[in-house]
This record gives sequence, structure tokens and C-alpha cells, in this order.
Amino acid sequence: MTDLLIIGAGPAGIAAAVTAAEQGASVTVIDDNHAPGGQIWRGEFHGKPWYDRFQKVKLNIISDARVIAVHGNAVVIEQGAAARTIHWNKVILATGARELFLPFPGWTLPGVTGVGGLQALVKSGLVIRNKRVAVAGSGPLLLAAAAYLRAKGADLVMIAEQVPTAALMRFGMELRKHPKKLKQAAALQLQLLGVPYVRDCYVEHATGKGKLETLQFRQGSKTFTEEVDYAAIAYGFTPETELAAAFGCEILAHGVWVDKRQQTSIQNVYCAGESTGIGGVDVALLEGELAGLAACRKPTKHLLPLLAREQHFASLLNQTFSPRPGLKHLCTADTIVCRCEDVTYQVLRQQPDSRTAKLQTRCGMGPCQGRICGPANTFLFGWEQGSVRPPILPARMATLALSMTQETSS
Amino acid sequence: MIELFINGRGFFVKEGTTAAAAVLTCGTAQFRSSVTGEPRAPLCGMGICYECRLTIDGVQHARSCRIMATEGMRIETT
Ligand SMILES: Cc1cc2nc3c(=O)[nH]c(=O)nc-3n(C[C@H](O)[C@H](O)[C@H](O)COP(=O)(O)OP(=O)(O)OC[C@H]3O[C@@H](n4cnc5c(N)ncnc54)[C@H](O)[C@@H]3O)c2cc1C
Ligand code: FES
Repeated sequence: MTDLLIIGAGPAGIAAAVTAAEQGASVTVIDDNHAPGGQIWRGEFHGKPWYDRFQKVKLNIISDARVIAVHGNAVVIEQGAAARTIHWNKVILATGARELFLPFPGWTLPGVTGVGGLQALVKSGLVIRNKRVAVAGSGPLLLAAAAYLRAKGADLVMIAEQVPTAALMRFGMELRKHPKKLKQAAALQLQLLGVPYVRDCYVEHATGKGKLETLQFRQGSKTFTEEVDYAAIAYGFTPETELAAAFGCEILAHGVWVDKRQQTSIQNVYCAGESTGIGGVDVALLEGELAGLAACRKPTKHLLPLLAREQHFASLLNQTFSPRPGLKHLCTADTIVCRCEDVTYQVLRQQPDSRTAKLQTRCGMGPCQGRICGPANTFLFGWEQGSVRPPILPARMATLALSMTQETSS
Repeated sequence: MIELFINGRGFFVKEGTTAAAAVLTCGTAQFRSSVTGEPRAPLCGMGICYECRLTIDGVQHARSCRIMATEGMRIETT
């Protein structure tokens, strides 16, 4: 039995764990990755904010492990081929977000990746030196990832941002109210000197024999092509709410519902970071700290003004960089939307909702369990996302057996 | 450096490289075939899309972006 179980060791989970441990709680942290850091500090947590405090506290960290089912106050975790259960008094969910991928003809070709996706692959050892890379889609991650890839030697062909110029100018004006972010943006621009940043522009289709070779971009009425090795394309993020749903927490369109103390609709279950709504690293850290304090019954009011300020910036980002409706019309009849089961746009277009689509076409029934096609279908067809059933991630037979024993005993 | 085998051919990669990064770096574009036979390769890089599945040391459908390359590892694409 652990006092406090934290699921996810990104910025939110780390801040929550450190804060609660400093208050004397016995804390267990479970994370799917090899080391703490989450998406942004993948393998590079050393020297980042919170690292010193993290070093000083005692935490029980279980890496390379995934929570795959929830039964009362126990979770089933899978670590390699082994499975076990962990009991908790309080739990903080800090499962983060994934990228939003919108289908277009050719998006399934090898070489087309996510933006954070390509960055993550390079962080995990992919040699990108002298490869021709285009970065496209939407949001500030385009710049951060491009700067990272360039520093690793990639030959950056261009960055294509779908947001129209006027909206980007308005965002630029608002950015002045946030000096820290303005400084970050300026630093990125400097690192990207000489790389074309093309506004109001998106990838219309990708072609190649067996792998990506050519991208076609559209900017207004103009189209042009580029030969590339990799295309890193994503339209921002979508919160990872599947685990919270398995806990029975109320989920809203933008993420897991929480009160001012980060408590979800379920008592003793807290949620922090991107899973409560896309807010970026500074919101994630503050929410994590809040949740850590709240779980230890400590005051949190002093953090609320800081959080409000960061959330203001986050809503500015979300407004500016939301995908334009025109992107709904990129798919042709035979464009694959569900990549696990190869279900095409034409077939899905005839379905009334995600549930029917699942039953009739197997869309969302593959191993990703709708994590990739679910948000795409919401964008394309306005469908509500389907419900999750345990296991929330594909699990080995042994874990499933353990999970079922728990079910019958709880 | 560590030596691993991709479809029987030997390659050297840096320590701390995942199996997915190793396969891409060694010049193999296609990781697996989809249910209708299309070529596929990593998309998300973070363990959720399952497009990076490979047969690793005899274990099928391994998420290669989550698995560290190890000395002598045998990787098969499909
Ligand atoms: C691929 C990617 C790259 C990104 N790169 C950047 C960047 O360079 N700069 C930037 O500012 N922002 C980046 N972001 C945005 C990023 O989400 C936030 O800035 C920040 O990392 C959010 O922190 P978090 O703690 O909320 O979530 P995350 O950092 O996403 O951490 C969540 C953690 O929970 C784990 N987890 C989830 N479900 C389970 C489960 N069932 N069992 C066990 N563990 C689980 C995940 O493996 C992950 O480690 C990126 C996002 C993605 C998806
Ligand atoms: S690349 Fe998506 S799961 Fe490995």
C-alpha cells in the first residue's frame, strides 16, 4: 500500500511527487518511459527545473511500467513480461498528452511522423544529420522541435504553420504581455535563422514508393512540392484521458474535469498537467505542485494567481493554433483514417457515430485503441470519442489474467 | 557501440538507442505491413500508435520505440 500513487513522470507528475514527498508522504511513481522526464524532458531531465529538489527526496520510482487497468483502489501494472497490482490511498493522474494527427493522402507512408514524434525518435538515438526534414502542422512545438532537429544536424527544408498570418500577428501582440515566453520565442527564432517559416501553409498530400519522397504544400491558391526524407507533422495535442476515464473521472471536451485543488469528480483521485487540458510545461508544473499539496491536505491558494496567468497564455495558444476547418477536406475516398485496421475515409464517412463505426468497421479496435483515429474522427466528423474498457492499453495475457482476478475480488 | 542484427545483417549503433531509432538509422524505412499490406513505420515516437511494431529477439509485435537496443539483438521487419 502506498500513501500516494502518481501515474506519469512528466513535469506534472514530477512536481506532484517532489512536493508531496517534501511534505512527508510516501510516494510511488509509475511511468511508461525509461526514465523520468515525460515528453518534454525525455532523457534530459538532468539540470532542468525541479531536478535538484527531485534529487533530494525519497521516491519509489517504477520506470518502464504501464498502468493498464484500475480496480477500486488498486491498479494493475505491466512491466516487461511481469504484472502486479499496487494499492493506494490517494492517486494523482499525470498522464500528459499525445499529438493530434490529422489524416491526409499519404500520411501513412514511412517517413511521415509526428513533430514531437520525430523529436522523440532523435532523442532516442535516430541519427538525423544531413536528412532533409520538413516540419508542418500547427503550434509552438513546430519551432521547438525544428530548432532541436537542426541542432542535431538535420537539413531543415521549411516550417509550415497552418495558422493564417493575421492570426499569428495578433498572437505576436499578445505575446508581449508574457515576457518570459517572448524571450523563449526570440531564442528559437535565432536558432532557426535561415529556415523558411511559411505561414498560412499546410501539407496537402505526401507521395513516395514504399516511403515518403515528396510533400505537396498549399498556401492560399498556390501549391508547391518539396523532396524530403522525413516530414514531421502534427496539429498540437490532445489530452491522454483514457486512464482517468478508467478511474471513473468525469471527462470534458478539453480534458479531465478538476476543481481548484486538482481533485477530479472521484474522491482522492487527482489529475494534473496536460491530461486536464493542453497548457504546456509551466501549467503542468504548477498543477502538479498544487495536486501534491492538495493530496497532503496543505493550502494551495498561493499558487492560484500564478496558475491563472499561465492558463491565460495557454488559452491564447489554443485559440491561435487550433486547426482550420479546411483541413477536414484533405482526405480522398481511399485515405486511411484508422491506421491499425486500415479503415478508409469513404467507409467512415457513412457512419453516424464512433460506436457504430467501431462495430461496423473495426475503426478504433486495433492496438492503439483509437488514440490516433479517435481525435481525428472528432475533427473530421464531429463524433464524440468512444468509451474505454479495460485494459486501457493492449496487455499481455498474464496481465489480463491478473486484471480479471482483481475484478472478481473487488 | 553495440552490434545488432536487422533482418540478419549486422549494424553498429550507439548505446542508449532504441530499437526503432536503430532500424531507421540503419536505413530500413518499412517496419511492418498493415492489415491490407501497406508499408508502415514509427509515427508517434512515444509508445501509443503501435506503428513501430517489430519482431525483436523472437517476440512479435514489440513496440520498438520503447525498447532499448542491446548487444546481439535480433530484429526482424515484416
Ligand atoms: C511527443 C511530444 C513531444 C513534446 N515535446 C515538447 C517540447 O519539446 N517542448 C514543450 O514545451 N512541450 C512539448 N510537448 C508538450 C508536453 O506535453 C508538455 O510540455 C509537458 O511535457 C506536459 O507535461 P505532463 O507532465 O502533463 O505530461 P507528459 O510530459 O506527457 O508526461 C506524462 C507521462 O505519463 C506517462 N503515462 C501516460 N499514461 C501512462 C500509463 N497508463 N501508465 C504509465 N505511465 C503513463 C507517459 O509515458 C509520460 O511519461 C510534447 C508533447 C508530446 C506528446
Ligand atoms: S512509434 Fe508509436 S508506438 Fe512506437
